[in-house]
Amino acid sequence: MTAQAAESRELATVIGLEVHVQLETETKIFCGCSTDGGEEPNTNTCPVCLGLPGALPVLNEAAVESAVKIGKAIDASIPEETTFHRKNYYYPDLPKNFQITQYDSPICQDGELEFSHEGDSRTVGIRRAHLEEDPGSIKHAREGTGPLDSRTTGIDRADYTLVDYNRAGTPLMEIVTRPDFRDPGEVRAFLEKLEEVLEYLGVFDATRDGSLRIDANLSLIDAEDVHDDGSIDEAVLEAANRTEVKNISSHKGAETALAFEASRQKKLVQSGREVAQETRHFNETHGNTVGMRSKEEEKDYRYFREADLPALRVSHWKEDIDIPELPDARRDRFVSEYDLSEEAASKLTSTKQVADFFEAVAERFDADLAATWVADELLGELNYRDMLITDVEDRFDEIERLVELVADDEITAKNAKETVLREMLDEGDDPDAIVDREGLGKTSGDAVQQAVAAAIEENPDAVADYEDGDDGAINFLVGQVMGKTGGSADPGEVNQLLRAELDG
Amino acid sequence: MATEYNAYISDETIEGADEGPLAGQTVAVKDNISTKGVQTTCGSSMLAGYVPPYDATVVERLTAAGATVPGKTNMDEFGMGTTTETSAYGPVENPAAPGHVPGGSSGGSAAVVAAGDADMALGTDTGGSIRCPAAFCGVVGIKPTYGLVSRYGLVAYANSLEQIGPIAPTVEEAAELLEVIAGPDEHDATTRDHEGATEGLADAADGDVDGLSIGVPTELVDGADEAVVETFWDAIDELETRGASYHEVDLPSVEHAVEAYYVIAMSEASSNLARFDGVRYGQSGGYEGNWNESFANAREDGFGEEVKRRVLLGTYALSAGYHDKYYKKAQDARAWVKQDFDSALDEADVLASPTMPIPPMEMGESLDDPLTMYLADANTTPVNLANLPAISVPAGETDDGLPVGLQLVGPAFGEKQLIRAGSALA
Ligand SMILES: [Zn+2]
Repeated sequence: MTAQAAESRELATVIGLEVHVQLETETKIFCGCSTDGGEEPNTNTCPVCLGLPGALPVLNEAAVESAVKIGKAIDASIPEETTFHRKNYYYPDLPKNFQITQYDSPICQDGELEFSHEGDSRTVGIRRAHLEEDPGSIKHAREGTGPLDSRTTGIDRADYTLVDYNRAGTPLMEIVTRPDFRDPGEVRAFLEKLEEVLEYLGVFDATRDGSLRIDANLSLIDAEDVHDDGSIDEAVLEAANRTEVKNISSHKGAETALAFEASRQKKLVQSGREVAQETRHFNETHGNTVGMRSKEEEKDYRYFREADLPALRVSHWKEDIDIPELPDARRDRFVSEYDLSEEAASKLTSTKQVADFFEAVAERFDADLAATWVADELLGELNYRDMLITDVEDRFDEIERLVELVADDEITAKNAKETVLREMLDEGDDPDAIVDREGLGKTSGDAVQQAVAAAIEENPDAVADYEDGDDGAINFLVGQVMGKTGGSADPGEVNQLLRAELDG
Repeated sequence: MATEYNAYISDETIEGADEGPLAGQTVAVKDNISTKGVQTTCGSSMLAGYVPPYDATVVERLTAAGATVPGKTNMDEFGMGTTTETSAYGPVENPAAPGHVPGGSSGGSAAVVAAGDADMALGTDTGGSIRCPAAFCGVVGIKPTYGLVSRYGLVAYANSLEQIGPIAPTVEEAAELLEVIAGPDEHDATTRDHEGATEGLADAADGDVDGLSIGVPTELVDGADEAVVETFWDAIDELETRGASYHEVDLPSVEHAVEAYYVIAMSEASSNLARFDGVRYGQSGGYEGNWNESFANAREDGFGEEVKRRVLLGTYALSAGYHDKYYKKAQDARAWVKQDFDSALDEADVLASPTMPIPPMEMGESLDDPLTMYLADANTTPVNLANLPAISVPAGETDDGLPVGLQLVGPAFGEKQLIRAGSALA
């Protein structure tokens, strides 16, 4: 192909994902050790997760339950019988030098996930989702200097490597999509939705370090090879050279990495060069992808059945296990049940914690007040501070108390938001303490009455204007009263008191 | 002391409880079964100095039943051998036939029992490793149904095939020991709670074979050494005079059993032994090259010839392009062997054959000829492929005074049947 012809080719991007999510179970997938990774290295371990000679895996039912929930949520089929295999490869973070995973009979098969992207609804096919164990974690080090970044520095450059097996055996679900993504933005939207669904199911904690890891395949094909219904022939996909991008650990990272990779490949193709089929490493700091040193040999993992784990027969669990209302259904219900706008309902169902909190507040007070306080005030102030709802999860009772103060008319909405909520978030105090400290309790009737009398007495001109029919003058007087009461009076009430005084 | 036969790798004593069915008895433990605080080497220099921080379930059960463990017995490295000559700690000599091998891989366990240095012993049987040394040393050995005895703490060689089982001078004692170690274990997901399989085992050793129907698979007798066959038929005659009857049965699939067995065992071994890479076991560090080369060096230094041979062959059998030709075919053969045994056992209560087709070899004789050594497992390996229980009882001696064993195979969880039949002979 001439360079010119190459340049004029219309290309379509094809992306597929392998998403590894850590399942939120109390104990590891094959032993009784805690999944809390945050303690001293190698303390949450036992013969099984250390891979000591003679130790045997016993499957944690909670992990299977989580997998079935995910299967239900993505509308996957759960086969009559599903089995475990060994994936054999040597790596220092792998206690047994094989990983127990699933191979030809994964627990979830043929699912899909719907999400919205730029206003459109999209559905991406999920080929399979399977259970496996997480390896340990390693730190490469050099004599005299601190640890190197294991994610960007090869083990070959290290003088020695420290291994921590606390993470070894944490249950993982690997979710493999079909190559249904057409641009990096879709990938991000999908990942956000996936995370939301997983959190709703209560099987995933996004705040945990390393809880989400993504590998992505990207290739370019001729745009005309995409059928009208968006499908692409298997042969076309096979023929396209693709790169696998590893080391992606966030939604944003996925979008950045894939946007970089798409444009890198486009430039190659448009200049008439070939895209090498290779594994590339995403460098989060630089926002680019880098080819691994040498072309990696095709890995042969020598999969075979793990005889220590009998076949799993859990297809009936699909009926037995309930899953909570998922975000889409809940959003629709919020619109109809609480009469909310689509936008407010979306905001309020963005995470399960927000939605649960909203419903708790709505039940105690009323839906409008709850929607304003949760969707607008709370989420707005959190967003401004780069905080997440999970950061204030243990202070929901304080926030509810704040809404109560407003609902009971004990403080003004303005003070509640601009002073109390902000100070709650910034200083960590509880609302009553802030109200006391700042003297925001609504001023008593007597004090307001006195301020009204004083304002009338001190501003004869305004009074005269009002009496001459200039209704705007009343606003000036309201302002004066508000000033005298330090903003704690209710402006509507002041307005009425002034009129009563002047008209009387 | 059995040390004159090199039967123990270590003789550290583990005391049992004061009371229990095995109180006052000594039970030696094969050195591939984990003992908390006591070195467990698997007969390999790779695990020299490795001290498990936990007890195998069978060791917990033994000591809770009052048994004292007098030491850890010598074995073929990681169980890979039929003669107990591949041990990194030197070969074991057969106390019942000096100058000859004790059989393997649980040669040390059979030797200490034959020499009277321990009342009983635990061995492990992946393809005959309990029955072969029991036969060669003139003692009793039971390979339980897969899933009857917990493997938790047994350092895996081929985990889909192996079981821990007892070796003892008599069937009744072997049954007593089996009764103590058998039964489900929450640490081993492959153990099964089979109704009645674990109770009354010792009581079944009443020698009553009146009416017993014995099937004799011709395939397992035809190829055997003449002296062995003669002794075998003497034992069958003995059972017949006590009221049992026998008939010939066919097991056409066993022709492929040894090949299938070795492909499966080696494949599993290549994975099971992968963890021994010099990081936590064997020589760690001090090698030139990158980490991959360092793993390779540690394995080159830490493993013996036979282990390396099996790991390499197993890796090959599982590799892309060969997996279907070897591993998958072996699995198909395994399914066929199971079927064959099931139909043969439909027509007989137990199946009888010589345990080993040959009498004990002279020491050093077979080391350089692995294929001959593998073929010696022809009668024992099919039983592991079929997950069935089997017992080896002394059938007598050849004219040269070499022990010959009789193997009885029963249906899954039919240990009682085997114990009853076997106790008519020992
Ligand atoms: Zn553990």
